[in-house]
Amino acid sequence: MAKVRLATVWLSGCSGCHMSFLDQDEKVLELAEKIELVYSPIADVKDFPENVDVTLVEGAVGNEEQLELLKRIRRNTRILVALGDCAVNGNVTALRNSLRNSDEEVLKRAYVENASINQAAPKQVPRLLKRVLALNEVVNVDAYVPGCPPSAELINQVLNDLLEGRTPVLEGRFKYG
Amino acid sequence: MSKPIELTIDGRKVVAEEGETILKAAKKNGIYVPTLCYLEGVSSFGGCRLCMVEIKGSPRLFASCITPVAEGMEVLTDSERLRRYRKWAVELLLAERPHVCSVCVANGSCELQQLATELGVDHLRVDREWTDYEVDLTHERFAYDPNRCILCTRCIRVCDEVEGVHTLDLMLRGKNSKVVFDLDENWGFSQSCTSCGKCSAACPVGALYVKGKPLSEVKKKDLVSFIMERRSGK
Repeated sequence: MAKVRLATVWLSGCSGCHMSFLDQDEKVLELAEKIELVYSPIADVKDFPENVDVTLVEGAVGNEEQLELLKRIRRNTRILVALGDCAVNGNVTALRNSLRNSDEEVLKRAYVENASINQAAPKQVPRLLKRVLALNEVVNVDAYVPGCPPSAELINQVLNDLLEGRTPVLEGRFKYG
Repeated sequence: MSKPIELTIDGRKVVAEEGETILKAAKKNGIYVPTLCYLEGVSSFGGCRLCMVEIKGSPRLFASCITPVAEGMEVLTDSERLRRYRKWAVELLLAERPHVCSVCVANGSCELQQLATELGVDHLRVDREWTDYEVDLTHERFAYDPNRCILCTRCIRVCDEVEGVHTLDLMLRGKNSKVVFDLDENWGFSQSCTSCGKCSAACPVGALYVKGKPLSEVKKKDLVSFIMERRSGK
């Protein structure tokens, strides 16, 4: 049987969901036998590849680069999974939306008002979006794994469901938020 | 003694008292109906729509907390249709203000979060509103974050009907409604507030809370019903 091509992506999030993914402990080894990791923060691959079976996306969409990447992920992925609350609904990443939905306001707050030296917003980084977006505000999402972070057990269950061709049913298995 | 009324709830024959609500009859018989704005001990107004039930013979749904029982009534408290509507009700509440559980004092002991889990809300199908109300920290012991408020008005009813003060009330309309102290005064400067803390005990989410402690350590969920029971001399 051909191995399932799995990718994991880290957008605007704290990497906690990836920590939880790794927290599957020895089950990662079982997983490794069934999958080929084609793109991930823990794999040295530069561009998001084509023809990916399952992609787990951690984090919300916070800047223009991530917006482009997410659209590319969607084009090249069969099953896109929103991993964790930031990807699912914005969570902590999207708290900045309350700053009048303004990218400039956010940079000003972080790099001018709250800075004691070098009070200036950075320029050589991808432009922030005016508003942090959850994945489903940009693309179609096939499965949601809520939690901050989702437990290793839940991630493992969802992955096994997907690897065995089942639609993951989360009802009764997760805690909101 | 009021006259007993016979009805069926989920196919079970139950007896209720005249004038009693469907919710109360269900509860008395150990039948679970999800609620949110309902609070034992104070008046009900059927705002949150979580306790909706189906009644045979009518196409519309009824809020069981304000619908009185009737002879021969056939009530359904759980169905595909009800679950669909309840799920939407919770999603809309979650979308109305920035409910971010991971930074909330109520995380883990929040009734809205609990209902979302129960109803399988794993994502929101509508865009979210990111309000930026100022958090009121002027009171010595309590805090108020309108960004987490779901406008259930439990605090208002407790303040009025149990403490008998009516410090709290609603200002404006619709999604812009806001729970305010006196005439939209900062809490710490309210002339009428007795600092009894019943409002924070009644809050189902993390909007009104005791400063400096996670809700799981301070919440007395049954405080209000306890007080009312003691007062009625039972």
